[in-house]
Amino acid sequence: MSERETIIEVRGLRNQFGAQVVHENLDLDVYKGEILGVVGGSGSGKSVLLRSIIGLNRPAAGSVKLFGREVTELSDAERSALEQRCGVLFQNGALFSSLTVAENVMVPLREHHDLPLALMQRLAALKIALAGLPADAGAKYPSQLSGGMIKRAALARSLALDPDVLFLDEPTAGLDPIGAAAFDALILTLRESLGLTVFLITHDLDTLYTICDRVAVLADKRVLIADSLDKVERFDEPWVREYFQGPRGRAAEHAAAVSGERSAVSGKSAPMP
Amino acid sequence: MATQGTLTLDAGGRIVAAGDWTLASAAALGRRVDEIKRRGGKGAVDASGISRLDTAGAEFLLDLAGDAREGITGLDDARRALIEAVAKAQSSATAKPPPRTPGIVLLVARTGRAVETIWDDAVALVGFIGLMLATLVRVLPNPRRWRVTSLFFHIEQTGLDAVPIVALLSFLVGAVVAFLGATVLRDFGASVFTVELVGYSFLREFGVLLTAILIAGRSGSAFTAQLGSMKSREEIDAIRTLGMDPVEVLVLPRALALLLSMPLLTFIAMIAGIFGGALVCIFSLDISPGMFLQRFHDTAQARHFWVGMSKAPLFAFLIAAIGCLEGFKVSGSAESVGEHTTSSVVQSIFVVIMIDALAAIFFMKLDL
Repeated sequence: MSERETIIEVRGLRNQFGAQVVHENLDLDVYKGEILGVVGGSGSGKSVLLRSIIGLNRPAAGSVKLFGREVTELSDAERSALEQRCGVLFQNGALFSSLTVAENVMVPLREHHDLPLALMQRLAALKIALAGLPADAGAKYPSQLSGGMIKRAALARSLALDPDVLFLDEPTAGLDPIGAAAFDALILTLRESLGLTVFLITHDLDTLYTICDRVAVLADKRVLIADSLDKVERFDEPWVREYFQGPRGRAAEHAAAVSGERSAVSGKSAPMP
Repeated sequence: MATQGTLTLDAGGRIVAAGDWTLASAAALGRRVDEIKRRGGKGAVDASGISRLDTAGAEFLLDLAGDAREGITGLDDARRALIEAVAKAQSSATAKPPPRTPGIVLLVARTGRAVETIWDDAVALVGFIGLMLATLVRVLPNPRRWRVTSLFFHIEQTGLDAVPIVALLSFLVGAVVAFLGATVLRDFGASVFTVELVGYSFLREFGVLLTAILIAGRSGSAFTAQLGSMKSREEIDAIRTLGMDPVEVLVLPRALALLLSMPLLTFIAMIAGIFGGALVCIFSLDISPGMFLQRFHDTAQARHFWVGMSKAPLFAFLIAAIGCLEGFKVSGSAESVGEHTTSSVVQSIFVVIMIDALAAIFFMKLDL
């Protein structure tokens, strides 16, 4: 691939909680327009890495550059402007429980733009539909939604300001296989149509095989390798080998190969329930 | 680098879009789109001058183009894909707004619902008290099923730990009552009656009432929050599937603990309140400690003490019942835990004061 624009650049990142060092000398690049999957064992600091990049967690040392700007050195106004270019989907959705789905989507619109209510409602309905939710979901409260619908509603909210980068923290965790596959397809469709860059933390091997362009493996407090999946698979390290060559890894690879052949025949497909 | 999105209708009736068609210029674009549409401009749109495009801009372009989205020209592949995605989403996003209900209907409906809730709560509380008593009768003859550890843990939590706050507040209220009494009674030259005032009020009413209100806020709410969070994490269901009875395991130890600690706390509250009153008498009314004790000994009667004390177990039982019942009513979310904790405190304080008022009339009629 030719010279690609770097959206996120992490250099020498160090994160520490008390005596426990989570990251040490961690380097990572995320390029424009790609879907980067981040994998790692429980407690390897995947979520902490995400929080460091979006500025929720101040690193002990190192530099994090987002769109070429050092995240920790921004003024409040610059930070807010930068945050508006990032959409974040938290693990459990983090929808505001006292607001309906449509109101949740309208929160950032209301806060950052001076728009008439009717237009905001139109845009909110559009985002909700883009996230693959039925139109009547907008009037519902988060407590009335199923797990998969909550993820979609949270995705709609993270898309509200048309971000350039989307951060997803385990988007398919807790979804049934059908829901998870549909969510994967949705992310792929959105990336293609909205030109998003996606930073995706996942445990889901199927997700890795079906939608990720590159995979970053987090272990030993740093990124061991960040490359295309076939190179990562061949990477010689015990944890990586066990992860990808274990029974689940092989099954996911097989499934992806089969469905890849199928979709090659039927053309671009984006199943949505 | 950001430029405002523009929309113009050129001489040939062609609609020309240019600049940033993004959320940032959405408000202005929205007005322009409506204006152009009013002037009859609809259909072919030249979008080649657009520098940036997002979903909001795509929405406007589609709005202008109407059904014929092939009419939008000057788009590259990426933008065409964006337009297609938005168009596809729009087709499924035709939400009809829910019908509006008139305000008066909502008011009546809400009133009705509130009345129904009060009735349901009362029925549920009576049922739950019955359940607690039935379980107690079942467990009592069977010492193996007494949950002694749990009982003592809750006595510590609801009784021992509450001593400082109960004592301090009663002391302060005792002092305030004495001050009030002294101020009014001095005008009649009867300031020595302050001793009776403090004695009567704390033995009969304030000792037990202050304790009950404090315990309702402190322990009743804690019961609701504890059981509520257990309910929302399915721990109560787990207890049931393991063949145990949640009322026996969770409710009885709490209720019995409160039943035992409340009279003791009430006693402490009475002493502290009278002590507070005594200090005021001694320091600002020139009543010596010996005189206070003499006067108190002469006027206070044991029946006042028993009238006050007899209410303590009743209040304790009701606070425990309401606290635990509200905990069981929690459903799912953390929000619900908060809601029911509030409701538990409000209900128990209401019930305590209401029963206290009824008891005052009852004891008065009995000449006690």
